Amino acid sequence: MRENLHRFFRAARGAGVHVSPAESIDAMRAVAQVGFSDRDILRDALLLTLAKSQDEKLALGDCFDLFFSQPEPRQEQEANDNDASSKDGQPPSPDAANDAGGGQPTEGLGPLAQMLLSQDRNAIATAIASAAGAASLSNIRYATQRGIFSGRILDAMGLQRLRDDLDDLTAANPSLAERLRTALEGLREAVRDTVSQGLALYAREEAENLRNEILRNAPLARIEPRQVEEMRALIRKIARRLRERYSKPRKRQRRGHLDVRRTLRRNAAWGGVPFLTAWKRKHRDRPKIVALCDVSGSVARVSDFFLLLIHSLHEVVDDVRSFAFSSHLIEVSNILESNSPEVAMAEIMSKVGFGSSDYGSSLDDFEHEFMSTLTPQTTVIVLGDARSNNLDPRADILRRISERSKRLVWLNPEGRMVWGFGDSEMPRYATFCSVVRQCATAQQLERAVSDIVASYQ
Amino acid sequence: MADQKASTSIEAVESGLAAQGYIASRQIATAVYLSQQIEKPILVEGPAGVGKTELAKAIAAWRGMKMIRLQCYEGLDEAKALYEWKYAKQLLYTQILKDKLGEVLGGAQTLHAALDQLHDFGDVFFSKEFVEPRPLLQALEQPGGCVLLIDEIDKSDAEFESLLLEILSDFQVTIPELGTVSAITPPTVILTSNSERDLGDALKRRCLHLHIGFPEQRLEERIVESRVPGISQTLRRQMVGFIHEIRTLDLKKLPSVSETIDWARVLVLLQAGELDSEIVKDTLNVLLKYEADIEAAAPHVTTFIAKAARSNVFG
Repeated sequence: MRENLHRFFRAARGAGVHVSPAESIDAMRAVAQVGFSDRDILRDALLLTLAKSQDEKLALGDCFDLFFSQPEPRQEQEANDNDASSKDGQPPSPDAANDAGGGQPTEGLGPLAQMLLSQDRNAIATAIASAAGAASLSNIRYATQRGIFSGRILDAMGLQRLRDDLDDLTAANPSLAERLRTALEGLREAVRDTVSQGLALYAREEAENLRNEILRNAPLARIEPRQVEEMRALIRKIARRLRERYSKPRKRQRRGHLDVRRTLRRNAAWGGVPFLTAWKRKHRDRPKIVALCDVSGSVARVSDFFLLLIHSLHEVVDDVRSFAFSSHLIEVSNILESNSPEVAMAEIMSKVGFGSSDYGSSLDDFEHEFMSTLTPQTTVIVLGDARSNNLDPRADILRRISERSKRLVWLNPEGRMVWGFGDSEMPRYATFCSVVRQCATAQQLERAVSDIVASYQ
Repeated sequence: MADQKASTSIEAVESGLAAQGYIASRQIATAVYLSQQIEKPILVEGPAGVGKTELAKAIAAWRGMKMIRLQCYEGLDEAKALYEWKYAKQLLYTQILKDKLGEVLGGAQTLHAALDQLHDFGDVFFSKEFVEPRPLLQALEQPGGCVLLIDEIDKSDAEFESLLLEILSDFQVTIPELGTVSAITPPTVILTSNSERDLGDALKRRCLHLHIGFPEQRLEERIVESRVPGISQTLRRQMVGFIHEIRTLDLKKLPSVSETIDWARVLVLLQAGELDSEIVKDTLNVLLKYEADIEAAAPHVTTFIAKAARSNVFG
């Protein structure tokens, strides 16, 4: 049974629950206390020791139900009998042959054939499970491996012998052979189900990692519509990671500067003899961000994901004001706060989107209406390709923005190679920016935002 | 058999807590049982007012142990949670013992000799006499064990969590001047959190994680029954059904078990025989704590009462 628990821990990791070795030891100890006879108690015990949040509890609960939805091979004698009946509620697949069995001459057949003919569901399920163990089903990673693993499991169960038996029987006893053949079909189906279950349990993590890795490095501007939803989920995941990393306000003590007022106060009880010292602390500001996003055709997708990311960082970033522009500029913070991302983006697009971009007049709009939002603590992020259709770039406004703010970061979805070619004004703008970086994929986006937030820590 | 023993012990926990007026769901009972068996703290999370603190009190009352409570808040530190030196006493003693010190050191000729003599006396002023034990240290020093409740851990600073780690995993604390103090009997530790901030993984790893949500209808009825004995069965069913309907609304603060109990007491005081919209509207402020919530819930009162009455008939 210990083997089974180890496999369950692996499945749990696949389901996104962090199971560290220490936690698995705890779970083992807990299970040793409660035993296996009561499934609900076992479930509770595992949920208590392994899952550390409400989300993890849900995921682990589902994983538990999937994992134990099949009778497991039992090595230990304890609770063997009363257990079998309770767990057998859902056999892995209905046995195909239903006609009257038993009483037929089965001598001279292999063990698998006998087992199939006797229609002992429990024995078959146990055999499948132990064959799956022998074929190390828990190593399955990709859906394409299903065939291989089914084959291995069937081989381990003695398919070869069964085939020989079938050949012999076809001549000797056709009706029995027919029954055996239907039973074999049923068995194949059961094995296929077992493998699919194994895939769902063990391969989830791997497959998800692979898909996310591809998605992280895909250019945001050119992803297919069907991937948009996945990308949103990925962005949310990134946001969660950034939140976890940066949301804890860190107080760094700066020893060496005595806080006289607080020290005297604290030691009043001892006549001002300073037993306890109080030191001045350095206060750090929460990030203040002003984001200017180009939503003209070429950059809209990237802006979409960027705004989604920045606005899901509430715990980390106190104060975000977002502006969208193509030919003119409007504030979009409220739209983003009060709507779901899809609705918000559609509304922004209908207001300013899809025009040909004019950086000069957009910057001009910003200077006239919103210049007062900039403080020396503000990081200004401009997201755009700096292609201004040969109109006046008004780099002088960007210089004033840069002077008023803490930092000016320019994120450009285009590659460095093409900056400055055609109507790109990037080199001219770049002189006033603290940082200029390419930002085309989710990974680059994460790094850019993480750097900005980290500069406040 | 171990398995049989486990399920009967869990039932024993359930009935033990019930005797103290705490109706526990099976998850809670399992958690309490396991924490005792494998000596791990329980971290209880859940919305306000579902009985997180009550659980600790009930365990203490059931086992007949002392409960030591440490209320967490921002700025809580070692000196308030663990131990503190009694500076004033130390100061006083040095003053009183001044003459004594003179006598002891009188024979010394040089400064070095005086220092050597002083060293022979050891650290008299940094001994157990001068340590003021705070809740965490007190809990370790209880000879018969105790229930240590660390309430609202999420309100404390992140640094405070690190301070707790040694206690939670090994039931000991290290005082630099004195050495390590181990627990005489490992206390039962209960930590509660309202999830105001995410706790560190290191802390979570050392605990059994128990989430207490709003109870199911049957369970809540039993809770009301045990806490407010004077209430009639029909009214109890109706009011619990009504509260479950209220919880389906999108409110700022959903009514939790403590509000249910309060409301039950109010209804008993007002001698209500059964729920009607008049009395509900009058007492809605017991259940809902925000003006906006009351306004949001008021239009639904009549339908909810009807629904609760219907489910009462069929359920």
